[in-house]
Amino acid sequence: MWIYEKKLQYPVRVCKCDPKMAKFLLEQYGGADGELAAALRYLNQRYTIPNKVIGLLTDIGTEEFAHLEMIATMVYKLTKDASPEELEAAGLGAHFANHDSALFYSNAAGVPWTATYIQAKGDPIADLYEDIAAEEKARATYQWLIDMTDDPDLQDSLKFLREREVVHSQRFREAVEILKEERDRKKIF
Amino acid sequence: MHSQFKAWKTYVSPFDPCPPVFVKWYSTPPQLYLGFQPPDLPQFSPFEAFRRGVLWPVLYSPYEGRKAHNEMRDYE
Amino acid sequence: MSEQRKIDERYYKLLEEIQALDFVLVELNLYLDTHKGDVQAVKQYNQFTEKRWKLVHEFESCYGPLMNFGHSFSGFPWQWTDTPWPWQV
Repeated sequence: MWIYEKKLQYPVRVCKCDPKMAKFLLEQYGGADGELAAALRYLNQRYTIPNKVIGLLTDIGTEEFAHLEMIATMVYKLTKDASPEELEAAGLGAHFANHDSALFYSNAAGVPWTATYIQAKGDPIADLYEDIAAEEKARATYQWLIDMTDDPDLQDSLKFLREREVVHSQRFREAVEILKEERDRKKIF
Repeated sequence: MHSQFKAWKTYVSPFDPCPPVFVKWYSTPPQLYLGFQPPDLPQFSPFEAFRRGVLWPVLYSPYEGRKAHNEMRDYE
Repeated sequence: MSEQRKIDERYYKLLEEIQALDFVLVELNLYLDTHKGDVQAVKQYNQFTEKRWKLVHEFESCYGPLMNFGHSFSGFPWQWTDTPWPWQV
């Protein structure tokens, strides 16, 4: 069960109408290393991961949906009230033909999201290493997105999201340590 | 404290068409070094933590964009 | 049908205070997921949970429910469907 909260995790403000930046941000919406992929990856892996790390996968997966909502808000605000001509000039003409200004789960190049972006190997170490890699790739994507805009408000929200990737990566690394360490074994002996 | 960015020098050919970038940077954020986080580390105030996206300074990783690094390059 | 709820300075201020408290709770929650034996962190988590409830109550009495499915009270008429939604503010 999930309960919706009628607020963003972190405020999203944008200074100007910028459909071109909205197109680039789609990489983190429906891209291979984006927030949708992250949420679905963790929330699916958790069913078969050892009990000790189910909580972590559940919580990080849930937080990813909050990030997905932030990215959606950015895209929504950056394209709100843009004319078809402006969308076309921003490279969103093909998107507009199919979706008007509705959001859709595709990456910055317009490729629709696919489950082949994520994996569940059933091997806890393989799965957690994929998760760590996913966080580092998402961190890198946020860096390039920060490089691509000069909007200080947008950069502020993107920096928040980049930092969250750092923290998630840290926790997944700790989860690996929990699974490989013998710290609990003392209690058994 | 580890530096959060590392630099490397690129190979520059006389036949490269774009103006050469001599030094390139990559990010080496704190989770690469921290190991299992020890208890009772100092924390940011709630509002500052919120603004920065992290509760513990030891995991704070500022990123000011590629331009900031390119400017730094000029002083080296 | 949905009403456009009155949004003032205080709305943004209270909302940001809740977001900040909730952020600390998210951080402590993830930390505790890998540090379940940290007494201090559990204590801090419970303290912030209590603070959060007070602030959320104040916010909801002015601006309507933050959560659905029985996790917040509603005035009459039903307030959940009122704007603004998070991506609109």
